[in-house]
Amino acid sequence: MIVAIASGKGGTGKTTVAVNLALSLPGDLQLLDCDVEAPNVHLFLRAELVGSEVAGIPVPVVDVDLCNQCGECSRLCQYNAIAVLGNGVMVFPELCHGCGGCALVCPEEAITEVMRPIGEVEELQAGSVRLVQGRLNVGEALVPPLIREVRARSRDEGVVLIDAPPGTSCSMIAAVRGSDFVILVTEPTPFGLNDLALAVETVRTLGIPFGVVVNRAGSGDDRVPEYCAAEGINVLLEIPDDRRIAEAYARGLTLVDAIPDIRPFFASLAARIETMAAIGPGTRAEEGHVRVCQ
Amino acid sequence: MKVVVSSISGSLDSQVDPRFGRAAMFVLVDTETGETQSIDNSAGSNAAQGAGIQAAETVSQLGAECLITGHCGPKAFRALQAAGVKIYTGASGTIEEALAQFRSGNLQLSTAPDVGGHWA
Amino acid sequence: MFVSANKSLSTTLPVTRGQAAYARVPELVVISGKGGTGKTSVVASLAVLAQNVVVADCDVDAADLHLVLEPRILETHRFVSGHEAVIRQADCEANGTCKEVCRFGAVISGEGSAPFVIDPLVCEGCGVCVELCPARAIDFPERDCGEWFVSTSRSGSMIHARLGIAAENSGKLVSIVRNEAQRAAARDGSCLILVDGPPGIGCPVIASMTGATGVLVVTEPTVSGAHDMARVLELAAHFRIPAAVCVNRWDINPEGAEQIESQARQHGAVIAGRIRYDTTVTKAQVEGRTVVELGGGAADDIRSLWAHLEGWVDG
Repeated sequence: MIVAIASGKGGTGKTTVAVNLALSLPGDLQLLDCDVEAPNVHLFLRAELVGSEVAGIPVPVVDVDLCNQCGECSRLCQYNAIAVLGNGVMVFPELCHGCGGCALVCPEEAITEVMRPIGEVEELQAGSVRLVQGRLNVGEALVPPLIREVRARSRDEGVVLIDAPPGTSCSMIAAVRGSDFVILVTEPTPFGLNDLALAVETVRTLGIPFGVVVNRAGSGDDRVPEYCAAEGINVLLEIPDDRRIAEAYARGLTLVDAIPDIRPFFASLAARIETMAAIGPGTRAEEGHVRVCQ
Repeated sequence: MKVVVSSISGSLDSQVDPRFGRAAMFVLVDTETGETQSIDNSAGSNAAQGAGIQAAETVSQLGAECLITGHCGPKAFRALQAAGVKIYTGASGTIEEALAQFRSGNLQLSTAPDVGGHWA
Repeated sequence: MFVSANKSLSTTLPVTRGQAAYARVPELVVISGKGGTGKTSVVASLAVLAQNVVVADCDVDAADLHLVLEPRILETHRFVSGHEAVIRQADCEANGTCKEVCRFGAVISGEGSAPFVIDPLVCEGCGVCVELCPARAIDFPERDCGEWFVSTSRSGSMIHARLGIAAENSGKLVSIVRNEAQRAAARDGSCLILVDGPPGIGCPVIASMTGATGVLVVTEPTVSGAHDMARVLELAAHFRIPAAVCVNRWDINPEGAEQIESQARQHGAVIAGRIRYDTTVTKAQVEGRTVVELGGGAADDIRSLWAHLEGWVDG
């Protein structure tokens, strides 16, 4: 069962929830850190590197002897990554999205593809938690392909947790789509509410069942709990606004290690996830069929 | 010879557009016949990325030998060089004035991009 | 009129917006690497402290600054970017070419009279299926990816945007917001543009900072904060933009704060100030006001930060 932990707003505590939930669930499980621009999960787990692979996107290489500068490749390319200029064809690999179109349409079969590295996928082991993380190269523009590479290493069995990037753009979608359940982490402030509403809209459009975890509960106002009640959204857990939590997090400590009274909170969340894993989370889009959502 | 100037609007008395990739328009001038033509650059200015490359393709397809503009970023520079187009940056004023500067040899030929990518 | 074949003539960007690229007003871009460090709260306060400033909210994926600055919208513009593939089911011959060629897994099996469906949340708009469908049964309309606004607020002109759900985050909308901010600054005679930047290090952040006068990294004294600050300072160095750092909620972990500042200096950044943990920050947000409008310890720290930044940007 795949559970994604996401949030409209950054800094609400996604990684905190993902890490502490992982440590509270029994047995072997996988944790995928899909926040590839800023992967932070490894900072909290004493994990050992098991393996590392360079991840990349296929980009075109043009055989100048076969190319007749017809321009079909450039006409098709939506990203201006390939252009007919002067007496030849120029490729701008950093703009290429790896769609493979140019190679398919070239009438002279002059285009082959090579891998352009965009980052790394690393596998680490921390006790019974297998961490898979993506780390985007600094200066690299394209994010979703690396997230897809991380997701591709997901196990078919057992619990898989995903730490998603913040926001609701294509990166978050790449991290969250196809999961069985989404935990949306928020904070009870106006920014938290604003971004929660956006995240809720996104997850509803994806057709995935979800629940909310309110972090720093009591620190702001009641608008978030009121919104959840009005929308019929399940609040799965409220983590108290406790300075000890902020301090433990600041030092890179997990809450379940540093603050014993926090353990029952995550244990109860873990129990809910386990129950869902056993009986199925409820209605979801079946594999191979789609509910067209507007 | 054909010369292209990046332009805010299409006429000879309009201002030079300091941007190349996302320039609003181009003015193509045939220095022998004096003919001018204004060309829309919405393909470049609307591109999510690679605006300079798109604009360079446009300039190349027009058969221009020289480009006169304000600034030229790295991808546009590579593309224009591949197309064999000479790049003159630092132009300002009206199109007419920029052409006069060009004719009297007062514009420097660029040997490198003068701004970083994504600059505008 | 010359039109590039197969590229549509989008009318989102009217032709005469060239004035934006003229004399560029200095831009201070506030970023964080990691989300949630308090960047937007800091920007809101700086906006009201600064005289004669234009605010550009480039944190377009889940924007929050408008919740505090309460802009009055004067203009709304559609943000159209790229295309999406849509199967014309009536013409579909179900040969499955689209599913075969799609590299992004956007084509899924449908049911009944729609054997194949393209998931708009996943479609990258590459156009390959459109090109190769033997029945030519796939349309390729432009994609609505959100909106951007020209507004006025109590701090002056404000340019902001809303990136649509699942929209491509190429940085194009960020660039539009920045350019419009330059236009507004030229109109208003402003001497500074304050940019609320996006989190992360990808294309949107790059688009928010290229050509900036300086970046301010608002970070927190946490292991995550330090890790992500390093990545974002590398990015600033890569683009040769001067960087300043401010540790927010520094007293949550004073040792961590010292370490982060030391790390920042090693990356060539200047320390522009520190802001203490203060419950007034959340209180201000709840009341829809900026921290400096409420006062208190953090407010004093932000005022000192601004004093330092003013000198840094001018100098």
